[in-house]
Amino acid sequence: MSFLHRHGWLTPYLLLAPGIAFLVLFFVVPLYYLGYTSLQEGTVQVGYTFTWAWDNYSEAFSTYQEQFIRSLQYAGIATVLALLISYPLTYWIAFRGGRWKNLLLLFIIAPFFVTYLIRTLAWQNILADDGFLVGVMQALGLVSDDGRLLATSTAVIAGITYNFLPFMALPLYVALEQIDPRLIEAAKDLYSSSTKAFLRVTLPLSAPGLIAGTLLTFIPAAGDFINAELLGTPNQAMIGNVIQSKFLEITDYGQAAALSVILMAVILLMIAIYTRILGTERMTG
Amino acid sequence: MNHPFERIHGPMTRKQLLRRAAVGGATLSLPGILAACGGDGGIEGQQAATGAGDTTVAQELADEITVSNWPFYIDQNDDATSFPTLDQFTEETGVKVNYLEDINSNEEFFGEIQAPLSRGQGIDRDIIVPTAWLAARLLNLGYLQKLDKSAIPNIDNLEDTLASPAWDPNRDYSLPWQSYITGVGYDPKKVGGEITSVEQLLDPALKGKITMLDSMEDTIGLFLLEMGVDPSGEIDPTAYDEAVAKVQKAVDDGQIRSFTGNDYTGPLAKGDVWASLAWSGDILILQPDNPNLQFTVPDAGGMTSVDTMVIPTGGDVYTASTFMNFFYDPEIAAQVTAYVQYITPVKGTKEAIEATNPELVEDPLVFPTPEALENLYEFNAEAIENPEFQEQWQAVIGV
Repeated sequence: MSFLHRHGWLTPYLLLAPGIAFLVLFFVVPLYYLGYTSLQEGTVQVGYTFTWAWDNYSEAFSTYQEQFIRSLQYAGIATVLALLISYPLTYWIAFRGGRWKNLLLLFIIAPFFVTYLIRTLAWQNILADDGFLVGVMQALGLVSDDGRLLATSTAVIAGITYNFLPFMALPLYVALEQIDPRLIEAAKDLYSSSTKAFLRVTLPLSAPGLIAGTLLTFIPAAGDFINAELLGTPNQAMIGNVIQSKFLEITDYGQAAALSVILMAVILLMIAIYTRILGTERMTG
Repeated sequence: MNHPFERIHGPMTRKQLLRRAAVGGATLSLPGILAACGGDGGIEGQQAATGAGDTTVAQELADEITVSNWPFYIDQNDDATSFPTLDQFTEETGVKVNYLEDINSNEEFFGEIQAPLSRGQGIDRDIIVPTAWLAARLLNLGYLQKLDKSAIPNIDNLEDTLASPAWDPNRDYSLPWQSYITGVGYDPKKVGGEITSVEQLLDPALKGKITMLDSMEDTIGLFLLEMGVDPSGEIDPTAYDEAVAKVQKAVDDGQIRSFTGNDYTGPLAKGDVWASLAWSGDILILQPDNPNLQFTVPDAGGMTSVDTMVIPTGGDVYTASTFMNFFYDPEIAAQVTAYVQYITPVKGTKEAIEATNPELVEDPLVFPTPEALENLYEFNAEAIENPEFQEQWQAVIGV
């Protein structure tokens, strides 16, 4: 005790120590190994050696450009769709939910008590070629008679949107929930139209949730591989599928690690631009 | 009695370490040395150590044995709640069987087990059943333990044709589980007729309704046969390129819905997929779900190989060997065959099965005639391990 009294400046560091230890152990060290692995070459048969193999990067980038671009596209579209679905939904719950708020929120989360894999497999049934949905859409002329939903880009994007919806909805709900309805009333008292009140009051105030939600959806979605694997064809393969098979099936650890590093860098860059445009301070309100 | 996964690893002496390192280092590879440091099992698995014969295996049964196999590969009772032959094994020996159907594709499975095995660690499995080429790779990497043949008197029932593969000429490390045929599984009603060639799967009318296997030796093998090339011999790179280009075109056209492991069975049974490159016995097992399903070997020939039981590092050799012995009893093998309808490696099964399922004896997919066997090819083992071929193939299947 007296030691701490004499060295009071140590206290904040000691308090931080568990957090820092956690980060070092579970973030810095793995990241170091990822970087280290990404510069190795070799095979299972001859072993892996560290050779500053920058080729891994150039090759990974040139060979799998298509899958990179596709991943960002799918993740981008899914994020926008999730936003378009979540915003009205959570808006309604936050402002009109009344005493049912918690129950309604539970309805959003309830399906997610079921494991990710099972939920995605369920989509295989929903979108099945001989299934109800395709039948109805064919009858309505939305899908051609020999058309299908399963094993198309539509199915993959739908799957991603569905699977990441709560990551969008929950932060949005929290942000909207906190808005004081009197502010909107005040805007209307000052002769603002509903549209204008929304654009000038509600939307800016919900921005932190919106930014958090889009990031929480986009980042994991860009690295996802389950949806493309179960709902797509090889033509829908995303970068996550490539990394998964490089690591687990082909055991080309070097290139798999290089692909992971590239994906991380690309996402970081995009987030940097995104938050620069929208302003990080809004994220924290 | 020691639990198989809690076996005590005594400290390694320096001499042992050096000897193991020397054996593992035949190619001076990192995994080799790591495997060599991996405690017991490491050295028995080294091919170079053949003949050392200094392994003393405790001839005591473990309480439990863990087996990894492919789906639909052992007999089940009617409501699929238990495995009758495994129950008999437990009854006879007192050894509980933890039976896992967790091998979906060889590549995937290798990816999962490679890391611990390369460090010389066990994988909590006493027996695994990879296809012959992967078993050979595992042996070369030093990941396997020698069988305890004193516990396998039934090895005399092994079919002569399977007795000495080039990679394990005395069957010191491996025993076949079943042989399979790769051909086409399809629903003639949906496809609109009979399928006799792989080429027919590329008909635009079947666009998006077919799947192919992600194992190169199966899919490319069938295409090579169609081109008149024998895939069991040395494969000319230009012929390989041509076969790959055909599959690539089908991918680009959206003809192929997906490349699958054993998981083609679900969509095919459900009807989302009309035709798949498939393994013989699976289709027969799926028929209760979809009675229309047919299996056919293309006129140009089918592919075949042997799924092989091996004991990975850390597995309990005596118990595993006892298990193998049990399944080399023709009566037991007959029960398995009657259900899975693959090709058995056990002599006497045909006679044993005649009493219970006489119609199976006539089934050329289960007991192929000599003429039928002539039309089946096993993919050249060296070509499977050819890194350029592998790379080209990976590019086709989209990963």
